[in-house]
Amino acid sequence: MREQQCDYVLKTASERGVRMVRLWFTDVLGNLKSFAISQNELENALNDGMTFDGSSIDGFSRVQESDVLAIPDPDTFQILPFGDKDAAEARVFCDIHHLDGSAFTGDPRQVLRRHVEAARDEGLTFYIAPDIEFFYFTPPQPGERPAPLDFGGYFDLTTRDVTGDLRKQTIRTLEQIGIPVEYSFHEDSPSQQEIDLRHDDALTIADSVMTFRHVVREVAAAHGVYATFMPKPLEGVQGSGMHTHLSLFTGDENAFYDEADEYNLSPLAKSFTAGLLQHAAEITAITNPTVNSYKRLVPGFEAPVHLSWARNNRSGLIRVPIPKRGNPLATRLEYRSPDPSCNPYLAFSLMLAAGLKGVREGYELPAEADANLFELDDKALGKLGIGQLPQSLSEALYVMERSELVHEALGEHIFEWYVRNKRREWMDYKTHVSQFEIDRYLGTL
Amino acid sequence: MTQSESGTLLVVGDQISTELARTLDLSGRTWHDIRFSDQSLSTIPDSHWVGAIIDLSADPEAGWSVARNLRRTDRDPIRTLVLVSGAQLSELEHRDDLFDDFCLTPFHPTELEARVAHLLASAGPVATKSEVVMYENLALNLETYQASVSDQPLDLTYMEYELLKFLVQNPGKVFSREMLLSRVWGYDYYGGARTVDVHVRRLRAKLGEEHADLIQTVRSVGYRFGRSRWKA
Repeated sequence: MREQQCDYVLKTASERGVRMVRLWFTDVLGNLKSFAISQNELENALNDGMTFDGSSIDGFSRVQESDVLAIPDPDTFQILPFGDKDAAEARVFCDIHHLDGSAFTGDPRQVLRRHVEAARDEGLTFYIAPDIEFFYFTPPQPGERPAPLDFGGYFDLTTRDVTGDLRKQTIRTLEQIGIPVEYSFHEDSPSQQEIDLRHDDALTIADSVMTFRHVVREVAAAHGVYATFMPKPLEGVQGSGMHTHLSLFTGDENAFYDEADEYNLSPLAKSFTAGLLQHAAEITAITNPTVNSYKRLVPGFEAPVHLSWARNNRSGLIRVPIPKRGNPLATRLEYRSPDPSCNPYLAFSLMLAAGLKGVREGYELPAEADANLFELDDKALGKLGIGQLPQSLSEALYVMERSELVHEALGEHIFEWYVRNKRREWMDYKTHVSQFEIDRYLGTL
Repeated sequence: MTQSESGTLLVVGDQISTELARTLDLSGRTWHDIRFSDQSLSTIPDSHWVGAIIDLSADPEAGWSVARNLRRTDRDPIRTLVLVSGAQLSELEHRDDLFDDFCLTPFHPTELEARVAHLLASAGPVATKSEVVMYENLALNLETYQASVSDQPLDLTYMEYELLKFLVQNPGKVFSREMLLSRVWGYDYYGGARTVDVHVRRLRAKLGEEHADLIQTVRSVGYRFGRSRWKA
């Protein structure tokens, strides 16, 4: 199969006159990295990979083993619809290897590949559909607050809607490169958009999220505006999340579906949900990776705070949507805490690992929390046995550091580097004296 | 003996039956066998074969994968005869592009001998079908792997291209997901029929709003390519 794919890629590149092929991969923090090769080098790259010095990539090599090998995944070769029509450019995602050919432990794509393949060995395919939120702003001057482009709200159809046009063009570009969109609309906050991708296997979707963030920014930049996946850019309005719909299939059967159950959930779905709930706090430093992420996870803005699940209660961490027409194939979980600044490869790996741990060890699913949890006080929540997500990056790191599950799922290399890097981010934040403090204390203390 | 008949015949199978070996030897053929389990299978040299016999009866999946490999466009096409049992005849459906002739097993030595002679006598370039397949303003160039709609290039991945090629070559027919999976992916693909669904969606996205309905969903059956004649 790989041989035929490579053959196809080479022929396509030459037929379409591709000048540059961008080799894409992702660093540990979730930034898209790229280097370009000419079409002449493509065959060589497909056969033997391209060597590069990984020591300057965040979370990659330690200096003494700095050279790594990027091997293109020919299945992801795609001509990009930007730029000069007469000098087409293409991208291809790469897996990073050590020079001896073994999988490089610092490569997030390889981590997800390992998890997906382990699930596959147990007969399970992992499907994901993410709902991605983001904001458009006029490019801010240094020191200025970001300015929204409109003041629309949820589902608003504003006339001469700039953001609507941007969204439309973004979707057209996404579809052109094979990323089907299910829904899109103006979200709740000024200038905030949501685009929901159709489900696909976990690795494809992680690649799609990386491509998506790039396309959204490209289209925005071409119109002189600024797109951001920062989780909470504006105070007092909703932030941006990446609600993630998860399902597991055994061949053509939805392993989450059980007709006989009152929730239509199979025992596997229940213990998977229980696993996610049980380990949610441990994986939060990955699904919500920045200082700013935790300003979204507060009561009152439709973001989850509590470790609970329910069918149609959007205040919980996990929602089990009621499928249209009771379609068994559509039975799924919606994991609501992640935000779009996360590294999708690592986040999806951990969601799968947490859920499957629940399945393997037969976790019991706690009762559904159908009350609006934001209206209950801590005492009432305690009585229901409902805990909270970490309240800050520091808290999330504290829980992560003690998590065997996360350590094992990410591997020593990424685990150790990530915690060290994020601890430093927290220290930088902690020592910063904010405007809030000046305004509040300077005059009165 | 003509020159094309004097070279070596490639024989691929799970086991090479003594019956097959004897028939080939008795008819004076020079042949070389490779088993499905051999490492060398993935890198069959493409220099000197005059033709190929692939025995599908024990493991059709492996057999088709070899056949597909032999039809890669970057090598000289090799005329191919496949051996199938009577119960496997449906294996041949919608795979016309992968073989030139077939023979039922258990075969009669005289018949196989005659078919091999015929296969080699008609050697020369494999009769390729028209290089460009069209449907309305959608065109697929099978030689260059390029697809276009209204003369605008359609940039597909390999599997998207293979799926579209299969559909365009069989317009108006309804295919189940399982059929598409086995004919386009060649069974060994993991992920089941859902794989077909996600690829159809990606294809529709790339075809764009105007042409997405070229691939129609036939409820609880599968997919059909082409517009309904009643709509036009």
